[in-house]
Amino acid sequence: MTRIAILDYGMGNLRSVQKAFEHVAREQEIVVTGDADVVKAADRVVFPGQGAIGGCMRLLDESGLRESLLDAMKNKPFLGICLGLQALFEHSEEGGGVDMLGVMPGRVRHFSSLGVAVKGLKIPHMGWNQVRRTRRHPLWRKIDQNSWFYFVHSYFVDADNPDDIAGTTRYGEDFVSAAGRDNVFAVQFHPEKSQHAGLQLLKNFTLWDGECQLG
Amino acid sequence: MSLAKRIIPCLDVDNGRVVKGTQFVDIRDAGDPVEVARRYDEEGADELVFLDITASSDDRDTIIHVVEDVAAQVFIPLTVGGGIRKTDDVRRMLNAGADKVAINTAAIFDPEIVKDASDHFGSQAIVVAIDAKQVDFSDQPRWEIFTHGGRKETGIDAVEWARKMELLGAGEILLTSMDQDGVKNGFDLALTRSVVDAVGIPVIASGGVGNLQHLADGVTVAGADAVLAASIFHFGEYSVGEAKEFMRRQNIVVRD
Repeated sequence: MTRIAILDYGMGNLRSVQKAFEHVAREQEIVVTGDADVVKAADRVVFPGQGAIGGCMRLLDESGLRESLLDAMKNKPFLGICLGLQALFEHSEEGGGVDMLGVMPGRVRHFSSLGVAVKGLKIPHMGWNQVRRTRRHPLWRKIDQNSWFYFVHSYFVDADNPDDIAGTTRYGEDFVSAAGRDNVFAVQFHPEKSQHAGLQLLKNFTLWDGECQLG
Repeated sequence: MSLAKRIIPCLDVDNGRVVKGTQFVDIRDAGDPVEVARRYDEEGADELVFLDITASSDDRDTIIHVVEDVAAQVFIPLTVGGGIRKTDDVRRMLNAGADKVAINTAAIFDPEIVKDASDHFGSQAIVVAIDAKQVDFSDQPRWEIFTHGGRKETGIDAVEWARKMELLGAGEILLTSMDQDGVKNGFDLALTRSVVDAVGIPVIASGGVGNLQHLADGVTVAGADAVLAASIFHFGEYSVGEAKEFMRRQNIVVRD
């Protein structure tokens, strides 16, 4: 039986993510864990996150899980959700500025920084919006172009390397709603709350071998 | 490509059972919150609101189990309201699987609960529910907040209150017109527009929906970000899918 570890580093409620995975992968073991050994032994790792990025980075360090996370990103199918996407980049302007994991080049900005382009748009960006797949990827299997996903966030990823971008969404202007490189994939939206399309993405992840080539 | 306007069926739950007589022909148990929630999910509901109307506080825990059961099977955002008194109640609902918790009367007695809860769980998890009645019918209308199902006045101006709740950390306003609730004449559009214009957070219009045009008006006339209805969906008059198709024809962006 393969095992999917959902990283629990004290950043809020992971029940929804766990339940959604249990729903799509009955033949796999889903564990919510803060134990570095369990993460190390897992076949796939999920990095969820909600709330403030400063707290997220601090808790990652306090829980001693930063290294486990970086390790998993080297060789295992890895899925970041919400802050789990943002944290992959170098720097966020949230809370006066926070340095993050820096796995992918780019910054995280507040929607208000778009200025006049988003006049009248509410922050947070909360609700259902469409994702445009910018390239093929095993995690997009059976998911239509411009499918709807559920978002809740006030900051967005501005990626420097176009090759890292896997999907974009328009809110005022286009932002990166999915990123991927090698065995790492991450999304700004909440697949666990995005009904069919979200569950399909999670299911794709449970079947993913970490290769980006489409068979 | 843009953010969709949301259609939100509301389920009143009394002692663990959906009330108001759901009449889906193909549902085995119309009182079972899980079955009803699944049905709305299949129809394309964008979110669900569960309103716990259980009178006895002894039976309050039943809603926790309802939320747990629904959250294990329905993968769209869930909001739970009714009987939320303190931050710990919010925590219990979120732990059970709710994504947002609606605070109503407790915020009036102690507005700091909104700040406390949003500090703890994030604004995105905190909805403030406002029940308002019109008190000034001049050409400069005013609405005030009423509690206890509209029977008890508070003297609080509804629009100012919404603004205050946003400042304290509310992530969304669930605005119900007590004048319109149950009357089926449509939302109080002037009230909704006043609150939408006063705050920068999303507003859910509620109270008074009798047909699909009422839902559309909530968005196009009043500017609501989401529209909530109970009876038109419960009694099978319209499906959520029909509501979406109707709104789409009026050029409102809705999720497919």
